[in-house]
Amino acid sequence: MTIELKNIGKSYDGNSWTLNGITTEIESGEFFAIVGPSGCGKSTLLRMIAGLISISEGKIEIDGKDVTNLPPQDRNLTMVFQNYALFPFLSVRDNVAFGLKEHKMDAEEIKRRVDEALDMVNLTEYGDRKPRDLSGGQRQRVAVARAIASDAEICLMDEPLSNLDAQLRGKMRSEIRMLQQKLGLTMIYVTHDQVEAMTMADRIMVLHDSKIQQIGTPLEIYNHPANTFVAEFFGTPRMNLLEATYDARLNKLVVDESLEFDCEDGMDRDDYIVGVRPSGFSVEKAADRSNARVVNAEYLGNMSIVELELDGGDEIRVTVDDEMNHDWMINQRMLVKPQGIFYIFDKTGKLFAKGGSSNGTSRSEEEFVATAAR
Amino acid sequence: MEQVDQKKSLSQQLHDKASKISIGYDIEAHDKHYALLFLGPSLLILSVFVFYPMIKTVWMSFFLTNSLGKPTVFVGLQNYIDLFTSSAYLNSMKATFIYVLFVSILTIVLGLLLAQTASSKLKGIGFFRTAFSSTMGVSVSVAAIFWLFIFNPSVGLVNKIAEFLHLPVVNWLTQPGWAMFAIIVSTVWMNLGFTFLILFGALQSVPVTLYEAARIAGVSKRYQFFNITIPMISPTLFFAAIITLIDAFKSFGLIDMMTAGGPNNTTNLLVYRIYQDAFLNGNYALASTESVVLAIIIAVFTLIQFKFLEKKVTY
Repeated sequence: MTIELKNIGKSYDGNSWTLNGITTEIESGEFFAIVGPSGCGKSTLLRMIAGLISISEGKIEIDGKDVTNLPPQDRNLTMVFQNYALFPFLSVRDNVAFGLKEHKMDAEEIKRRVDEALDMVNLTEYGDRKPRDLSGGQRQRVAVARAIASDAEICLMDEPLSNLDAQLRGKMRSEIRMLQQKLGLTMIYVTHDQVEAMTMADRIMVLHDSKIQQIGTPLEIYNHPANTFVAEFFGTPRMNLLEATYDARLNKLVVDESLEFDCEDGMDRDDYIVGVRPSGFSVEKAADRSNARVVNAEYLGNMSIVELELDGGDEIRVTVDDEMNHDWMINQRMLVKPQGIFYIFDKTGKLFAKGGSSNGTSRSEEEFVATAAR
Repeated sequence: MEQVDQKKSLSQQLHDKASKISIGYDIEAHDKHYALLFLGPSLLILSVFVFYPMIKTVWMSFFLTNSLGKPTVFVGLQNYIDLFTSSAYLNSMKATFIYVLFVSILTIVLGLLLAQTASSKLKGIGFFRTAFSSTMGVSVSVAAIFWLFIFNPSVGLVNKIAEFLHLPVVNWLTQPGWAMFAIIVSTVWMNLGFTFLILFGALQSVPVTLYEAARIAGVSKRYQFFNITIPMISPTLFFAAIITLIDAFKSFGLIDMMTAGGPNNTTNLLVYRIYQDAFLNGNYALASTESVVLAIIIAVFTLIQFKFLEKKVTY
């Protein structure tokens, strides 16, 4: 089932938009994630697709049929909620079967569907328990089983994993993804967690400030962020955004006198923002020169996150994975150099160009010495 | 080896200590004194104002008393036998049951209806929320005067409306049957504020997602109300039911001010009869006996409610 959103907007007071100009097409069988910080309108959008709240502007089509004014039950969809929305007074079986009886489905068919759904989420032997007797993860599975039993082809999920602990979340991520593939569900999955979106989705819609920031595959979003918001939102630790000035004489982007980046063609303005992922720096202890000071270091085992203050005043986060990590000393002087890919955004935050190369340092040692000496 | 032993003995010690604490042995003497010190004030107050009168009442119900309330002759269960063979008392009991039944059911049903209405997201609903709960702030005497006016046969609102609709005019508070009706209406009105408020609170605490899930499943509003709302608020409904029932059994103020048990004793409910027997007729023994019987009735009803409803309301 394809879902088409045509210029969807939502306004509660008629003046300001909670959501505005949402247009996209979700393919049949696609895992589509809607990501954004809290308050960006992602849950509102999901509820508008579900038909739980009205749409102020635009149209929703499912398989070419206009469903904008149809009630939720006529949209052939199901929904899993953040708090699972289980009925505490019903057994697991009755929770999964909720609604089926009301639709005059015969008992045999209900039993078959419930058994099948419980089997799929490995809860067969828990059918007679009450939700309160289950762990958080199991309750979550009951909610998923209810979605499966409804036999709807579109499944909407509203932050279904955010009430679970980190370990369980990782496990449920892959389980939900596998179920979606197996059942061929068209999934719209709302989350604030960029990791969930990256790991589960076929495509991601990034929402912020009531508008779409970018729609793309996880790879596109990560490698070609449309703007600074998207760039910062995806990737842990966050991307470093540094204000830089274009130096026409050197043809360089200067962050401060000891940190510069190569330019791309077509630069004309003075001010840009350079985005560098924490892995996009090389940091070393150099005897004769330095341009930064260690502010904090977090040792994570396989790598360390080091916060450094550049001499120009900017703070950057860098990931380093050599053996020496654990003895990064606070206040230690370091030499920071760009290494590999960086992004150039214009003053409004829009991506202007992607710079650097993926293989090694983009600048030679001599160049650095030259600029440092200047 | 030694180290292991030491560890063992330490854990053993801890275990011993823990079990002593949990069983409650080994509390030193001065701990007991402290406990008494803290319990003292409430024990004293409860003893003077609850336990002593309670025991005295039971004790007096086995005696005959003089006009000063002093017990004179021990008569065993004779007071109880007299009571249950007195048709006046049995009529009182019947009236009380009718009253309690209607008051409880109407209060709960109307309270729920108001709470459901106030839960809707209409404009200006805040005003109604305040209005619905406002009877909580009205004292019994004020309410009684208010309803006396409304039921007044010549200038009362009810009869004015009846006249306007060309219906027969009724002497509400002096006509048997209608007096009970008037008392029930007034009591329900008095109770409604509190019942509304706690049921409204309960409705507000039902997660919205349950209704959203129901809407997606496509079940009707009716089904949502009976299969989601009612079970979800059942603990509060249970609480409200017990409170209303006990309150109704104990009704006194409105009856005293509106009908004084009349006409012809049709609104002479159990509590009012106790008051009459003790303080108007000076028959303290009989009043004590009636008090004991009323206490037992309330206890039995509360127990029955717990037995039948408790299972359904815990989830």
